[in-house]
Amino acid sequence: MKKISTIDDLKKAGEKGLKSLFPDGVKIVVGMATSGIASGADKVYTALDEEIKKRKLSYILAKTGSMGMDFIEPLVDVIEKDKPRLSYGKMTPAKVPQLIDQIIKGNVDKIRPLYRIDEEDVIITGEVKHYLVGALPEYLKDVPKISELPFYKKQVKIVTRNCGIIDPENIEEYIARGGYFALQKALRTMSSDAIIEDVIKSGLRGRGGGGFPAGKKWQSCRNAPGDIKYVICNGDEGDPGAYMDRSVMEGDPHSVIEGMIIGAYAIGAQEGFIYVRNEYPLAVANLTKAIEEARSLGLLGKNIFGANFNFDIKISKGAGAFVCGESTALMASLEGKAGEPRAKYIHTVEHGLWDRPSNLNNVETWVNVPVIITRGGKWFSEIGVPHSTGTKVFSLVGKINNIGLVEVPMGIPLKDIIYDIGGGIPGGKAFKAVQTGGPSGGAIPAAMMNLPVDFDSLWEAGSMMGSGGMIVMDEKTCMVDLARYFIEFLVSESCGKCIPCREGVRRMNDILHDICAGKGKEGDVELLELMAKGIKDGSLCALGGSAPNPVLSTIKYFRQEYDAHIQKKCCPAGVCRALIRYEINAKKCTGCGVCAKKCPTECISGEKKKAHKINQKKCIKCGVCMESCKFEAITVE
Amino acid sequence: MVNLIIDGKKITANKDTMILEAARAAGIDIPTLCAHESVSRSGACRLCVVEVKKGNRTKIVTSCLYPVEEGIAVETKNERVLNVRRLVLELLLARNPKSEVIADLAKKLGVAPQPRFIPDTDKGKCILCRSCVRVCEEVVGVSAIGLSCRGSQKTVGPPYNEDSAVCIGCGACAFICPTGHIEMETTEDKRKIWGRTFKMKACDVCGRYFAPEDQLKYISKITGVPLKELAICMDCR
Repeated sequence: MKKISTIDDLKKAGEKGLKSLFPDGVKIVVGMATSGIASGADKVYTALDEEIKKRKLSYILAKTGSMGMDFIEPLVDVIEKDKPRLSYGKMTPAKVPQLIDQIIKGNVDKIRPLYRIDEEDVIITGEVKHYLVGALPEYLKDVPKISELPFYKKQVKIVTRNCGIIDPENIEEYIARGGYFALQKALRTMSSDAIIEDVIKSGLRGRGGGGFPAGKKWQSCRNAPGDIKYVICNGDEGDPGAYMDRSVMEGDPHSVIEGMIIGAYAIGAQEGFIYVRNEYPLAVANLTKAIEEARSLGLLGKNIFGANFNFDIKISKGAGAFVCGESTALMASLEGKAGEPRAKYIHTVEHGLWDRPSNLNNVETWVNVPVIITRGGKWFSEIGVPHSTGTKVFSLVGKINNIGLVEVPMGIPLKDIIYDIGGGIPGGKAFKAVQTGGPSGGAIPAAMMNLPVDFDSLWEAGSMMGSGGMIVMDEKTCMVDLARYFIEFLVSESCGKCIPCREGVRRMNDILHDICAGKGKEGDVELLELMAKGIKDGSLCALGGSAPNPVLSTIKYFRQEYDAHIQKKCCPAGVCRALIRYEINAKKCTGCGVCAKKCPTECISGEKKKAHKINQKKCIKCGVCMESCKFEAITVE
Repeated sequence: MVNLIIDGKKITANKDTMILEAARAAGIDIPTLCAHESVSRSGACRLCVVEVKKGNRTKIVTSCLYPVEEGIAVETKNERVLNVRRLVLELLLARNPKSEVIADLAKKLGVAPQPRFIPDTDKGKCILCRSCVRVCEEVVGVSAIGLSCRGSQKTVGPPYNEDSAVCIGCGACAFICPTGHIEMETTEDKRKIWGRTFKMKACDVCGRYFAPEDQLKYISKITGVPLKELAICMDCR
């Protein structure tokens, strides 16, 4: 491919990309991010490939990232000239022949599309690109527009602008959607000061959890003395239940790269590192390919866009330690040392990687940069709320109907995410709480559903934005057990350097285990609170400093559950095994015997068609009986 | 020179002085376990925490790593600071119940064992302050010992807990250890440390065993002084 060194080169590449995005014939696109593959997208892809070859069709088959609708993967999109882009959910290899039949016949009778995309806003350029040209075909009248879906209605896609749309391995498609135009603009028309000023004006705050103003960080790093500087992308996403960064790195790797190049130019760095965990093999593969492609086109390397600016990026694979998401631990790991944090009294923007000025931002932060440069800091600052501008990507998981990735403007009420976008709680159960900020955050109770989701409001509520995990819990979740789960995670992820975190969190874990096992003692809650204070104040890094949050927030909002465990030796949610017992309601039991067959310890007995009984001595409280009973005859107390 | 206030006292200190040293120079005692003059600081033990007030904001910092700043007010013994120190000592009393050093320090600071913490039996007297690792790397220069594993499983020792080929038996680690965890046994012509037995060298003049032969060979190698010139003990030189 010819090197890209002028805006005309870029436009030409973009035109090729447009032809690929809006082809003349039929194009079938399979969502092949990890979430898709986990649901069987690779098998669907193979089936499509075979079917197309079998029928000797000239269809194009391509891959894309995740649209965020993980609850309905695998997703397959069909693009036909001048027709709306159609998305089919829960695809299986068995449905493939029918889908092909439908395309040939021009109907949607057997397999209904989830939605149609008539046109697409290209966020970065502000343009609208049309799939549908002319009138909407009659047979698509009943297919809802994507903008009408409750899941999408309140979303604003800036960070995930290309995910699920473009082929992450095709740089031309990225360019067709405005990619690398921000870089061209920055390098050819802006001074580094002007770039930094725009980022400051945008109000962009670090998306990794800390929420530090990105522009200010860039400025400090730019002003730090030193010829050699580094930019680093933190892709060490480690919160349980969080996968925003993975999805972006997999589905739109060039957006990360472009953001980093702009940042490097503004700061004066010559080298960049993407630290990504090795558990993200697809992210590593797609980033690697993207870097190679950008390099071969001259977008990385020497004299980028003809400017007196050289920059390249290396990928460093992390071994999966949660603590390596902490900036100083990450830099230690990059240097080849054990991933342990150090005190940050001397900032990394002055003395970071190899003691050089280093600017580290999270994946999502970097990805916002090209949009800020093209649309302007002011435009960006008008999205969201005054002190939390822009959008935030959340991975909405747990007891929620629409599990997936959502991108919302900052300040959106929590209830809009849970009910409108998330579709509420499955099984008609009551919404109890949501954990934001992963193990470092806290649980926000249902009573605070109107809370605006922004950095400061979450902080005041005793939780934090974190990197964007949002774990929803229903009435059947025990909050003491939840705190125990997160604390146990942190015990195994503490690096062990400082005593409050290494020893203190471990002792908190012991006490929480005792409470869940019915061995809690009077005064345990007060002791946990006192320890939490000492651990927060005394720990070396943010991992220890925020570790007590899940305990403190659950004590704050669900104190009665702790008291029930400690004083009454009961678990109100019916979760903690030592405190519950399963019983068969003789009036409801039909004696069908299904539970007795399923019970792994054979502790259920009874005559046929007569009420059965559970031998409590043998019961291991696994709950299989209750799940298998069709008559709701088994209860947990 | 930098002006600051520590516990209400006006203090002047050189730039780059740590709060710990500035306080100690002014006769204010701050307890520490891991800050040792011979090695770089890790800030691991957290006993030396103090509260720093800068403008309207207060924060807890480790005084051994925090350089003095103009106009800050430092509290070394307020409730918030003592709460951290008490927690650290309670945790150490439970981790290292056999350590006399920790027991004495706790007694001095009025901290009693927390009955809710079940004492460990497998951690010895090691608090994982890493002074031994640092002295071996920074002063001796052989890096015979290091830290392995993570979190509360973390231990200190030679790689894979096997006999270290690079250890010279100098005993600097045992010397610097604040709690006496590292055991070193020297009997006449032999010294045992980290599971290895070292042959001691007898002084060519007085015949007293004074240093491991491996240590003398190492010194000769890095200084270029012939080994035979190192065969005389310090007293006889």
